[in-house]
Amino acid sequence: MALCDAEKTFVLHGVQDNFRIDGRELDDYRPMELETDVVSHAFGSARLRLANTDVLVAVKIELDVPFPESPQNGKIEFFVDCSANATPEFEGRGGEDLAIAISNTLTTAYSSSLAFDSRKLCLLNGKKCWKLYVDILILECGGNLFDAVSIAVKAALWNTRIPFVKNVNIDGNNIDLDVSDDLCLCERLDIENAPVMVTVCKIGDKCIVDPNAAEEHCSMGSVVVAVSGTKISTIYQTGTGSLHPATLTESLQLGFRVAIRLNEALSKVLSRIRPDEEAGFLK
Amino acid sequence: MSKNKELISKIGLRLDGRRANELRRIRCKLGVFTEPDGSAYIEQGLTKVLAAVYGPHEVRGGRSKAQHNSAIINCQFSMAVFSTTERKKRPRGDRKSTELSMHLQQALEAAIKSELYPFCQIDVYVEVLHADGGIYPACVNAATLALIDAGIPLKEYVCACTASLANNDIPMLDISHQEEVLGGPTLTVAALPMSGKIVLMEMSQRFHLDHLDKVLEKALQGCKDIKEILDNAVRLHVTDIGSSTGWANTKH
Repeated sequence: MALCDAEKTFVLHGVQDNFRIDGRELDDYRPMELETDVVSHAFGSARLRLANTDVLVAVKIELDVPFPESPQNGKIEFFVDCSANATPEFEGRGGEDLAIAISNTLTTAYSSSLAFDSRKLCLLNGKKCWKLYVDILILECGGNLFDAVSIAVKAALWNTRIPFVKNVNIDGNNIDLDVSDDLCLCERLDIENAPVMVTVCKIGDKCIVDPNAAEEHCSMGSVVVAVSGTKISTIYQTGTGSLHPATLTESLQLGFRVAIRLNEALSKVLSRIRPDEEAGFLK
Repeated sequence: MSKNKELISKIGLRLDGRRANELRRIRCKLGVFTEPDGSAYIEQGLTKVLAAVYGPHEVRGGRSKAQHNSAIINCQFSMAVFSTTERKKRPRGDRKSTELSMHLQQALEAAIKSELYPFCQIDVYVEVLHADGGIYPACVNAATLALIDAGIPLKEYVCACTASLANNDIPMLDISHQEEVLGGPTLTVAALPMSGKIVLMEMSQRFHLDHLDKVLEKALQGCKDIKEILDNAVRLHVTDIGSSTGWANTKH
Protein backbone atom coordinates (compact mmCIF):
# COMPACT_ATOMS: atom_id res chain seq x y z
CA MET A 1 0.00 0.00 0.00
CA ALA A 2 1.33 3.40 -0.92
CA LEU A 3 0.20 6.55 0.88
CA CYS A 4 1.11 10.11 0.00
CA ASP A 5 2.10 12.69 2.63
CA ALA A 6 -1.35 14.26 2.72
CA GLU A 7 -2.99 10.91 3.40
CA LYS A 8 -0.50 10.17 6.16
CA THR A 9 -1.23 13.53 7.77
CA PHE A 10 -4.93 12.79 7.59
CA VAL A 11 -4.46 9.47 9.41
CA LEU A 12 -2.20 11.17 11.98
CA HIS A 13 -4.68 13.98 12.72
CA GLY A 14 -7.48 11.47 13.10
CA VAL A 15 -5.47 9.52 15.68
CA GLN A 16 -4.68 12.73 17.59
CA ASP A 17 -8.39 13.56 17.84
CA ASN A 18 -9.32 10.02 18.96
CA PHE A 19 -11.32 9.57 15.75
CA ARG A 20 -9.59 7.21 13.34
CA ILE A 21 -10.13 7.03 9.58
CA ASP A 22 -12.79 4.34 9.94
CA GLY A 23 -14.49 6.13 12.83
CA ARG A 24 -13.05 4.00 15.63
CA GLU A 25 -11.55 5.23 18.88
CA LEU A 26 -7.95 4.48 19.81
CA ASP A 27 -8.63 1.21 21.66
CA ASP A 28 -11.40 -0.16 19.44
CA TYR A 29 -11.25 -3.30 17.34
CA ARG A 30 -12.72 -3.83 13.92
CA PRO A 31 -15.54 -6.38 13.59
CA MET A 32 -14.45 -10.01 13.64
CA GLU A 33 -15.95 -13.19 12.32
CA LEU A 34 -14.85 -16.48 13.81
CA GLU A 35 -15.70 -19.95 12.55
CA THR A 36 -14.43 -23.28 13.80
CA ASP A 37 -14.34 -26.70 12.15
CA VAL A 38 -13.74 -25.33 8.66
CA VAL A 39 -11.13 -27.90 7.59
CA SER A 40 -12.90 -31.23 7.75
CA HIS A 41 -9.85 -33.51 7.77
CA ALA A 42 -7.89 -31.65 10.45
CA PHE A 43 -8.16 -32.40 14.16
CA GLY A 44 -9.16 -28.82 14.81
CA SER A 45 -9.46 -25.68 12.74
CA ALA A 46 -10.63 -22.10 12.80
CA ARG A 47 -11.00 -19.23 10.39
CA LEU A 48 -10.88 -15.64 11.55
CA ARG A 49 -11.83 -12.65 9.50
CA LEU A 50 -10.90 -9.35 11.13
CA ALA A 51 -12.34 -6.73 8.76
CA ASN A 52 -10.33 -7.71 5.66
CA THR A 53 -7.61 -9.74 7.32
CA ASP A 54 -8.29 -13.41 6.75
CA VAL A 55 -6.52 -16.22 8.59
CA LEU A 56 -7.12 -19.97 8.40
CA VAL A 57 -5.62 -22.26 11.04
CA ALA A 58 -5.63 -26.07 11.02
CA VAL A 59 -4.23 -28.39 13.66
CA LYS A 60 -2.85 -31.79 12.75
CA ILE A 61 -1.64 -34.34 15.25
CA GLU A 62 1.11 -36.91 14.84
CA LEU A 63 2.88 -39.31 17.15
CA ASP A 64 6.43 -38.35 18.06
CA VAL A 65 9.20 -38.89 20.57
CA PRO A 66 9.66 -36.19 23.26
CA PHE A 67 12.85 -34.12 23.31
CA PRO A 68 15.48 -35.74 25.58
CA GLU A 69 15.78 -32.53 27.63
CA SER A 70 12.04 -32.44 28.35
CA PRO A 71 10.85 -36.06 28.44
CA GLN A 72 7.56 -35.17 30.11
CA ASN A 73 6.43 -32.66 27.52
CA GLY A 74 4.63 -33.06 24.23
CA LYS A 75 5.47 -30.96 21.20
CA ILE A 76 3.78 -28.08 19.52
CA GLU A 77 5.01 -26.54 16.28
CA PHE A 78 3.75 -23.44 14.52
CA PHE A 79 4.05 -23.04 10.78
CA VAL A 80 2.94 -19.85 9.05
CA ASP A 81 2.37 -19.72 5.32
CA CYS A 82 1.80 -16.32 3.75
CA SER A 83 -0.25 -17.17 0.69
CA ALA A 84 0.33 -15.10 -2.44
CA ASN A 85 -3.46 -14.68 -2.50
CA ALA A 86 -2.96 -12.08 0.26
CA THR A 87 -0.63 -9.85 -1.72
CA PRO A 88 1.62 -10.39 -4.76
CA GLU A 89 4.61 -9.47 -2.57
CA PHE A 90 4.30 -12.89 -0.91
CA GLU A 91 4.89 -14.71 -4.19
CA GLY A 92 7.59 -17.35 -4.09
CA ARG A 93 9.57 -16.85 -0.90
CA GLY A 94 8.47 -13.24 -0.45
CA GLY A 95 6.41 -13.84 2.68
CA GLU A 96 8.98 -15.93 4.47
CA ASP A 97 10.41 -13.21 6.74
CA LEU A 98 6.99 -12.23 8.02
CA ALA A 99 6.01 -15.90 8.38
CA ILE A 100 9.08 -16.65 10.49
CA ALA A 101 8.52 -13.56 12.66
CA ILE A 102 4.95 -14.65 13.41
CA SER A 103 5.76 -18.31 14.05
CA ASN A 104 8.71 -17.43 16.32
CA THR A 105 6.57 -15.05 18.36
CA LEU A 106 3.91 -17.74 18.70
CA THR A 107 6.48 -20.33 19.73
CA THR A 108 7.87 -18.11 22.49
CA ALA A 109 4.40 -17.10 23.63
CA TYR A 110 3.36 -20.76 23.95
CA SER A 111 6.67 -22.02 25.38
CA SER A 112 5.84 -21.32 29.02
CA SER A 113 4.07 -24.17 30.79
CA LEU A 114 1.84 -21.58 32.48
CA ALA A 115 0.55 -20.44 29.10
CA PHE A 116 0.17 -23.85 27.50
CA ASP A 117 0.69 -27.06 29.40
CA SER A 118 2.33 -29.46 26.94
CA ARG A 119 2.70 -32.16 29.61
CA LYS A 120 -0.80 -33.33 28.76
CA LEU A 121 0.41 -34.22 25.27
CA CYS A 122 2.92 -36.68 26.67
CA LEU A 123 1.75 -40.30 26.47
CA LEU A 124 4.72 -42.21 27.81
CA ASN A 125 7.50 -40.46 29.67
CA GLY A 126 10.44 -39.93 27.29
CA LYS A 127 9.08 -42.40 24.72
CA LYS A 128 5.86 -41.24 23.12
CA CYS A 129 4.03 -37.96 22.86
CA TRP A 130 1.63 -36.16 20.57
CA LYS A 131 3.01 -33.48 18.32
CA LEU A 132 0.63 -30.70 17.38
CA TYR A 133 1.25 -29.09 14.02
CA VAL A 134 -0.48 -25.73 14.06
CA ASP A 135 -0.54 -24.59 10.44
CA ILE A 136 -1.49 -21.00 9.82
CA LEU A 137 -2.47 -19.86 6.36
CA ILE A 138 -2.70 -16.13 5.76
CA LEU A 139 -5.24 -15.53 3.01
CA GLU A 140 -5.72 -11.79 3.12
CA CYS A 141 -3.71 -9.01 4.68
CA GLY A 142 -5.64 -6.03 6.00
CA GLY A 143 -3.33 -5.11 8.84
CA ASN A 144 -2.90 -6.45 12.36
CA LEU A 145 -1.81 -9.97 11.47
CA PHE A 146 -0.37 -10.91 14.86
CA ASP A 147 -3.64 -10.36 16.72
CA ALA A 148 -5.69 -12.18 14.10
CA VAL A 149 -3.29 -15.13 14.05
CA SER A 150 -3.20 -15.46 17.84
CA ILE A 151 -7.00 -15.45 18.15
CA ALA A 152 -7.40 -17.94 15.30
CA VAL A 153 -4.75 -20.22 16.82
CA LYS A 154 -6.46 -20.14 20.20
CA ALA A 155 -9.82 -20.94 18.63
CA ALA A 156 -8.32 -23.78 16.57
CA LEU A 157 -6.69 -25.28 19.67
CA TRP A 158 -10.01 -24.95 21.48
CA ASN A 159 -11.62 -26.85 18.62
CA THR A 160 -8.91 -29.55 18.56
CA ARG A 161 -9.92 -33.07 19.49
CA ILE A 162 -7.06 -35.29 20.56
CA PRO A 163 -7.62 -39.01 19.95
CA PHE A 164 -8.20 -40.96 23.11
CA VAL A 165 -5.59 -43.61 23.90
CA LYS A 166 -7.26 -46.60 25.53
CA ASN A 167 -4.14 -48.40 26.63
CA VAL A 168 -0.42 -48.63 26.01
CA ASN A 169 1.32 -51.97 25.58
CA ILE A 170 5.04 -52.08 26.14
CA ASP A 171 6.92 -55.08 24.86
CA GLY A 172 10.64 -54.50 25.24
CA ASN A 173 11.39 -51.58 22.96
CA ASN A 174 8.11 -51.90 21.08
CA ILE A 175 5.39 -49.55 22.16
CA ASP A 176 1.89 -50.27 20.96
CA LEU A 177 -0.77 -47.62 21.33
CA ASP A 178 -4.39 -48.61 21.33
CA VAL A 179 -6.18 -45.54 20.02
CA SER A 180 -9.92 -45.46 20.41
CA ASP A 181 -11.91 -45.78 17.14
CA ASP A 182 -14.80 -43.85 18.59
CA LEU A 183 -14.63 -40.34 17.16
CA CYS A 184 -16.77 -38.93 19.94
CA LEU A 185 -14.37 -40.23 22.54
CA CYS A 186 -11.62 -37.63 22.48
CA GLU A 187 -9.83 -35.20 24.70
CA ARG A 188 -9.94 -31.43 24.54
CA LEU A 189 -7.01 -29.13 25.21
CA ASP A 190 -6.99 -26.69 28.07
CA ILE A 191 -6.61 -23.31 26.39
CA GLU A 192 -7.80 -21.15 29.29
CA ASN A 193 -4.39 -19.44 29.49
CA ALA A 194 -3.37 -19.67 25.84
CA PRO A 195 -1.88 -16.29 24.96
CA VAL A 196 -3.75 -13.60 23.07
CA MET A 197 -1.59 -11.09 21.23
CA VAL A 198 -2.33 -7.41 20.86
CA THR A 199 -0.35 -5.13 18.58
CA VAL A 200 0.02 -1.61 19.92
CA CYS A 201 0.96 0.85 17.23
CA LYS A 202 2.46 4.26 17.84
CA ILE A 203 1.23 6.99 15.52
CA GLY A 204 2.30 10.54 16.30
CA ASP A 205 2.38 10.60 20.09
CA LYS A 206 -0.65 8.34 20.61
CA CYS A 207 -0.90 4.57 20.77
CA ILE A 208 -3.61 2.61 19.00
CA VAL A 209 -4.66 -1.04 18.81
CA ASP A 210 -5.80 -3.03 15.78
CA PRO A 211 -4.21 -0.85 13.08
CA ASN A 212 -5.52 -1.29 9.56
CA ALA A 213 -3.18 -1.37 6.59
CA ALA A 214 -3.10 2.44 6.20
CA GLU A 215 -2.41 3.00 9.88
CA GLU A 216 0.32 0.35 9.90
CA HIS A 217 1.93 2.30 7.12
CA CYS A 218 1.98 5.51 9.19
CA SER A 219 3.21 3.85 12.35
CA MET A 220 6.62 4.77 13.75
CA GLY A 221 6.95 1.49 15.59
CA SER A 222 4.82 -1.10 17.26
CA VAL A 223 4.90 -3.58 20.09
CA VAL A 224 3.20 -6.96 20.16
CA VAL A 225 2.09 -7.93 23.65
CA ALA A 226 1.12 -11.55 24.26
CA VAL A 227 -1.02 -11.89 27.38
CA SER A 228 -1.69 -15.24 28.95
CA GLY A 229 -4.35 -15.16 31.65
CA THR A 230 -3.41 -12.06 33.62
CA LYS A 231 0.30 -12.11 32.82
CA ILE A 232 2.33 -10.89 29.89
CA SER A 233 4.07 -13.85 28.28
CA THR A 234 5.92 -12.28 25.35
CA ILE A 235 6.80 -8.84 24.11
CA TYR A 236 7.98 -8.36 20.57
CA GLN A 237 8.83 -5.05 18.99
CA THR A 238 8.27 -4.81 15.26
CA GLY A 239 9.01 -2.15 12.70
CA THR A 240 11.98 0.11 12.35
CA GLY A 241 11.04 2.94 14.70
CA SER A 242 12.31 3.49 18.23
CA LEU A 243 10.19 3.97 21.34
CA HIS A 244 10.86 6.00 24.48
CA PRO A 245 10.79 3.83 27.65
CA ALA A 246 7.83 5.85 28.97
CA THR A 247 5.89 5.26 25.75
CA LEU A 248 6.81 1.60 25.87
CA THR A 249 5.38 1.18 29.37
CA GLU A 250 2.29 3.08 28.37
CA SER A 251 1.75 0.92 25.30
CA LEU A 252 2.33 -2.25 27.29
CA GLN A 253 -0.39 -1.19 29.70
CA LEU A 254 -2.75 -0.38 26.86
CA GLY A 255 -1.98 -3.71 25.20
CA PHE A 256 -2.50 -5.57 28.46
CA ARG A 257 -5.89 -3.93 29.13
CA VAL A 258 -7.11 -4.61 25.61
CA ALA A 259 -5.84 -8.20 25.64
CA ILE A 260 -7.81 -8.98 28.83
CA ARG A 261 -10.97 -7.61 27.20
CA LEU A 262 -10.26 -9.46 23.98
CA ASN A 263 -9.69 -12.73 25.81
CA GLU A 264 -13.01 -12.38 27.65
CA ALA A 265 -14.84 -11.66 24.41
CA LEU A 266 -13.19 -14.65 22.77
CA SER A 267 -14.17 -17.06 25.56
CA LYS A 268 -17.73 -15.78 25.35
CA VAL A 269 -17.85 -16.33 21.58
CA LEU A 270 -16.28 -19.79 21.81
CA SER A 271 -18.83 -20.90 24.39
CA ARG A 272 -21.62 -19.86 22.02
CA ILE A 273 -20.32 -21.75 18.97
CA ARG A 274 -22.64 -24.60 17.98
CA PRO A 275 -21.17 -27.64 16.25
CA ASP A 276 -23.71 -27.75 13.42
CA GLU A 277 -23.35 -24.18 12.21
CA GLU A 278 -22.47 -23.84 8.56
CA ALA A 279 -18.97 -22.53 8.05
CA GLY A 280 -16.74 -21.84 5.10
CA PHE A 281 -16.14 -19.55 2.18
CA LEU A 282 -19.51 -20.04 0.52
CA LYS A 283 -21.50 -17.96 3.00
CA MET B 1 -6.58 -55.08 -13.96
CA SER B 2 -8.59 -56.78 -11.24
CA LYS B 3 -8.55 -53.57 -9.20
CA ASN B 4 -10.16 -51.60 -12.01
CA LYS B 5 -13.20 -53.81 -11.95
CA GLU B 6 -14.25 -52.43 -8.62
CA LEU B 7 -14.44 -48.85 -9.88
CA ILE B 8 -17.97 -49.31 -11.15
CA SER B 9 -20.29 -51.82 -9.56
CA LYS B 10 -22.63 -54.11 -11.49
CA ILE B 11 -25.53 -51.75 -11.12
CA GLY B 12 -23.44 -48.91 -12.56
CA LEU B 13 -22.58 -47.01 -9.38
CA ARG B 14 -19.13 -45.71 -8.47
CA LEU B 15 -17.44 -45.85 -5.09
CA ASP B 16 -19.02 -42.60 -3.94
CA GLY B 17 -22.42 -43.45 -5.40
CA ARG B 18 -22.14 -41.46 -8.61
CA ARG B 19 -22.92 -42.77 -12.08
CA ALA B 20 -20.17 -42.89 -14.70
CA ASN B 21 -21.05 -39.57 -16.33
CA GLU B 22 -21.81 -37.60 -13.19
CA LEU B 23 -19.68 -34.74 -11.86
CA ARG B 24 -19.15 -34.22 -8.16
CA ARG B 25 -21.14 -31.40 -6.64
CA ILE B 26 -19.70 -28.03 -7.63
CA ARG B 27 -20.29 -25.05 -5.41
CA CYS B 28 -18.59 -21.76 -6.07
CA LYS B 29 -18.53 -18.13 -5.10
CA LEU B 30 -17.03 -15.07 -6.73
CA GLY B 31 -15.58 -12.11 -4.90
CA VAL B 32 -14.64 -13.79 -1.61
CA PHE B 33 -11.87 -11.30 -0.83
CA THR B 34 -11.64 -7.53 -1.09
CA GLU B 35 -7.88 -7.00 -1.46
CA PRO B 36 -7.31 -8.74 -4.82
CA ASP B 37 -8.84 -7.40 -8.04
CA GLY B 38 -10.70 -10.65 -8.49
CA SER B 39 -11.16 -13.72 -6.33
CA ALA B 40 -13.15 -16.92 -6.33
CA TYR B 41 -13.70 -20.04 -4.28
CA ILE B 42 -14.70 -23.38 -5.69
CA GLU B 43 -15.60 -26.74 -4.17
CA GLN B 44 -15.65 -29.80 -6.42
CA GLY B 45 -16.70 -32.56 -4.15
CA LEU B 46 -14.22 -32.26 -1.31
CA THR B 47 -11.55 -30.51 -3.36
CA LYS B 48 -11.51 -26.87 -2.28
CA VAL B 49 -9.58 -24.13 -4.04
CA LEU B 50 -9.21 -20.39 -3.61
CA ALA B 51 -8.03 -18.22 -6.48
CA ALA B 52 -6.97 -14.57 -6.53
CA VAL B 53 -6.17 -12.33 -9.48
CA TYR B 54 -4.12 -9.14 -9.33
CA GLY B 55 -3.84 -6.89 -12.33
CA PRO B 56 -3.41 -5.97 -15.05
CA HIS B 57 -0.64 -3.90 -13.51
CA GLU B 58 2.85 -2.72 -14.36
CA VAL B 59 5.41 -5.50 -14.73
CA ARG B 60 7.15 -6.14 -11.45
CA GLY B 61 10.91 -6.53 -11.20
CA GLY B 62 12.11 -4.32 -14.02
CA ARG B 63 10.61 -3.46 -17.37
CA SER B 64 13.01 -5.71 -19.24
CA LYS B 65 10.58 -8.62 -18.88
CA ALA B 66 7.67 -6.63 -20.31
CA GLN B 67 6.35 -7.62 -23.70
CA HIS B 68 5.37 -4.94 -26.18
CA ASN B 69 2.54 -6.90 -27.73
CA SER B 70 0.90 -8.77 -24.87
CA ALA B 71 0.54 -9.06 -21.11
CA ILE B 72 2.58 -11.48 -19.02
CA ILE B 73 0.42 -14.06 -17.30
CA ASN B 74 2.06 -15.05 -14.04
CA CYS B 75 0.64 -18.06 -12.20
CA GLN B 76 1.52 -19.56 -8.87
CA PHE B 77 0.10 -22.80 -7.58
CA SER B 78 0.31 -23.47 -3.90
CA MET B 79 -1.13 -26.11 -1.58
CA ALA B 80 -1.84 -25.54 2.07
CA VAL B 81 0.30 -27.87 4.20
CA PHE B 82 -2.85 -29.28 5.79
CA SER B 83 -4.61 -29.91 2.48
CA THR B 84 -3.67 -33.58 2.24
CA THR B 85 -4.24 -36.37 4.74
CA GLU B 86 -0.51 -36.68 5.27
CA ARG B 87 0.81 -33.27 6.28
CA LYS B 88 2.93 -31.66 3.56
CA LYS B 89 6.36 -30.25 4.31
CA ARG B 90 6.20 -27.24 2.02
CA PRO B 91 3.27 -25.38 0.52
CA ARG B 92 5.01 -24.62 -2.79
CA GLY B 93 8.30 -24.81 -4.64
CA ASP B 94 8.37 -28.56 -5.19
CA ARG B 95 8.34 -30.13 -8.66
CA LYS B 96 4.64 -30.91 -8.70
CA SER B 97 3.60 -27.34 -7.81
CA THR B 98 5.94 -25.86 -10.41
CA GLU B 99 4.55 -28.19 -13.03
CA LEU B 100 0.97 -27.32 -12.10
CA SER B 101 1.82 -23.59 -12.19
CA MET B 102 3.11 -24.01 -15.74
CA HIS B 103 0.09 -25.99 -16.85
CA LEU B 104 -2.23 -23.42 -15.32
CA GLN B 105 -0.41 -20.65 -17.14
CA GLN B 106 -0.68 -22.57 -20.40
CA ALA B 107 -4.44 -23.02 -20.01
CA LEU B 108 -5.09 -19.41 -19.03
CA GLU B 109 -2.88 -17.90 -21.73
CA ALA B 110 -5.11 -19.55 -24.31
CA ALA B 111 -8.20 -17.86 -22.92
CA ILE B 112 -7.08 -14.40 -21.83
CA LYS B 113 -7.07 -11.67 -24.46
CA SER B 114 -3.58 -10.68 -23.38
CA GLU B 115 -2.92 -8.64 -26.53
CA LEU B 116 -5.13 -5.91 -25.03
CA TYR B 117 -2.61 -5.20 -22.26
CA PRO B 118 0.88 -4.61 -23.65
CA PHE B 119 3.62 -3.93 -21.06
CA CYS B 120 1.36 -5.34 -18.33
CA GLN B 121 1.29 -8.29 -16.01
CA ILE B 122 -1.61 -10.31 -14.68
CA ASP B 123 -1.01 -12.39 -11.55
CA VAL B 124 -3.11 -15.47 -10.88
CA TYR B 125 -2.60 -17.22 -7.55
CA VAL B 126 -4.36 -20.42 -6.57
CA GLU B 127 -4.34 -21.98 -3.13
CA VAL B 128 -5.58 -25.53 -2.55
CA LEU B 129 -7.24 -25.87 0.85
CA HIS B 130 -8.33 -29.48 0.57
CA ALA B 131 -7.05 -31.93 -2.01
CA ASP B 132 -9.34 -34.79 -2.93
CA GLY B 133 -8.54 -35.60 -6.52
CA GLY B 134 -8.84 -33.37 -9.56
CA ILE B 135 -6.73 -30.56 -8.13
CA TYR B 136 -5.71 -29.18 -11.49
CA PRO B 137 -9.26 -28.94 -12.92
CA ALA B 138 -10.49 -27.23 -9.75
CA CYS B 139 -7.62 -24.73 -10.00
CA VAL B 140 -8.39 -23.91 -13.65
CA ASN B 141 -12.08 -23.47 -12.91
CA ALA B 142 -11.38 -21.28 -9.87
CA ALA B 143 -8.90 -19.19 -11.84
CA THR B 144 -11.48 -18.66 -14.61
CA LEU B 145 -14.02 -17.40 -12.08
CA ALA B 146 -11.45 -15.12 -10.45
CA LEU B 147 -10.46 -13.69 -13.84
CA ILE B 148 -14.12 -13.00 -14.60
CA ASP B 149 -14.51 -11.37 -11.19
CA ALA B 150 -11.49 -9.18 -11.96
CA GLY B 151 -13.10 -8.14 -15.24
CA ILE B 152 -10.29 -9.37 -17.45
CA PRO B 153 -11.42 -10.00 -21.05
CA LEU B 154 -11.50 -13.68 -21.91
CA LYS B 155 -12.13 -15.28 -25.29
CA GLU B 156 -14.46 -17.64 -23.46
CA TYR B 157 -14.61 -19.72 -20.30
CA VAL B 158 -11.72 -22.12 -19.85
CA CYS B 159 -12.81 -25.23 -17.97
CA ALA B 160 -11.00 -28.40 -17.03
CA CYS B 161 -12.13 -31.88 -16.16
CA THR B 162 -10.69 -35.35 -15.62
CA ALA B 163 -11.90 -38.62 -17.06
CA SER B 164 -10.89 -42.21 -16.70
CA LEU B 165 -11.70 -45.66 -17.97
CA ALA B 166 -13.37 -48.17 -15.71
CA ASN B 167 -13.70 -51.90 -16.34
CA ASN B 168 -11.65 -51.38 -19.51
CA ASP B 169 -14.59 -50.02 -21.47
CA ILE B 170 -16.73 -47.56 -19.51
CA PRO B 171 -15.42 -43.97 -19.55
CA MET B 172 -16.11 -42.11 -16.32
CA LEU B 173 -15.97 -38.46 -15.38
CA ASP B 174 -14.41 -36.32 -12.63
CA ILE B 175 -12.10 -38.71 -10.81
CA SER B 176 -11.94 -38.49 -7.04
CA HIS B 177 -8.82 -39.16 -4.98
CA GLN B 178 -10.07 -42.60 -4.00
CA GLU B 179 -10.51 -43.58 -7.64
CA GLU B 180 -7.12 -42.08 -8.55
CA VAL B 181 -5.43 -44.25 -5.95
CA LEU B 182 -7.27 -47.43 -6.95
CA GLY B 183 -5.74 -47.18 -10.38
CA GLY B 184 -6.80 -46.75 -13.94
CA PRO B 185 -5.58 -44.05 -16.27
CA THR B 186 -6.46 -40.40 -15.71
CA LEU B 187 -6.94 -38.03 -18.59
CA THR B 188 -6.94 -34.34 -17.68
CA VAL B 189 -8.34 -31.96 -20.24
CA ALA B 190 -8.55 -28.18 -20.14
CA ALA B 191 -10.76 -26.84 -22.89
CA LEU B 192 -12.56 -23.85 -24.29
CA PRO B 193 -15.94 -25.55 -24.11
CA MET B 194 -17.93 -23.24 -26.36
CA SER B 195 -15.67 -23.67 -29.38
CA GLY B 196 -14.73 -27.17 -28.25
CA LYS B 197 -10.99 -26.50 -28.46
CA ILE B 198 -8.54 -28.28 -26.21
CA VAL B 199 -5.86 -26.14 -24.60
CA LEU B 200 -4.19 -28.73 -22.43
CA MET B 201 -4.29 -32.50 -22.35
CA GLU B 202 -2.38 -34.68 -19.98
CA MET B 203 -2.55 -38.38 -19.40
CA SER B 204 -1.16 -40.64 -16.75
CA GLN B 205 -0.72 -44.40 -17.16
CA ARG B 206 -1.58 -46.13 -20.37
CA PHE B 207 -4.61 -47.40 -22.17
CA HIS B 208 -5.35 -48.53 -25.65
CA LEU B 209 -5.54 -45.84 -28.30
CA ASP B 210 -8.97 -47.16 -29.32
CA HIS B 211 -10.36 -45.95 -25.99
CA LEU B 212 -8.90 -42.47 -26.23
CA ASP B 213 -11.72 -41.06 -28.34
CA LYS B 214 -14.55 -41.94 -26.01
CA VAL B 215 -12.66 -40.92 -22.87
CA LEU B 216 -11.72 -37.60 -24.47
CA GLU B 217 -15.29 -37.06 -25.57
CA LYS B 218 -16.43 -37.71 -22.00
CA ALA B 219 -13.92 -35.24 -20.61
CA LEU B 220 -15.01 -32.59 -23.10
CA GLN B 221 -18.63 -33.18 -22.16
CA GLY B 222 -17.54 -32.69 -18.53
CA CYS B 223 -15.92 -29.36 -19.44
CA LYS B 224 -19.17 -28.27 -21.10
CA ASP B 225 -21.22 -29.25 -18.02
CA ILE B 226 -18.81 -27.36 -15.76
CA LYS B 227 -19.06 -24.32 -18.01
CA GLU B 228 -22.84 -24.29 -17.52
CA ILE B 229 -22.43 -24.41 -13.75
CA LEU B 230 -19.80 -21.66 -13.73
CA ASP B 231 -21.87 -19.54 -16.09
CA ASN B 232 -24.84 -19.82 -13.75
CA ALA B 233 -22.72 -18.78 -10.78
CA VAL B 234 -21.36 -15.78 -12.70
CA ARG B 235 -24.85 -14.68 -13.70
CA LEU B 236 -26.11 -15.00 -10.15
CA HIS B 237 -23.14 -13.02 -8.87
CA VAL B 238 -23.65 -10.24 -11.41
CA THR B 239 -27.37 -10.09 -10.56
CA ASP B 240 -26.49 -9.84 -6.88
CA ILE B 241 -24.03 -7.02 -7.41
CA GLY B 242 -26.20 -5.27 -9.97
CA SER B 243 -29.33 -5.29 -7.85
CA SER B 244 -27.45 -4.00 -4.83
CA THR B 245 -26.29 -1.03 -6.89
CA GLY B 246 -29.88 -0.44 -8.00
CA TRP B 247 -29.85 -1.39 -11.68
CA ALA B 248 -33.41 -2.62 -11.37
CA ASN B 249 -34.56 0.95 -10.78
CA THR B 250 -32.99 2.51 -13.84
CA LYS B 251 -36.28 2.52 -15.77
CA HIS B 252 -37.97 4.90 -13.36
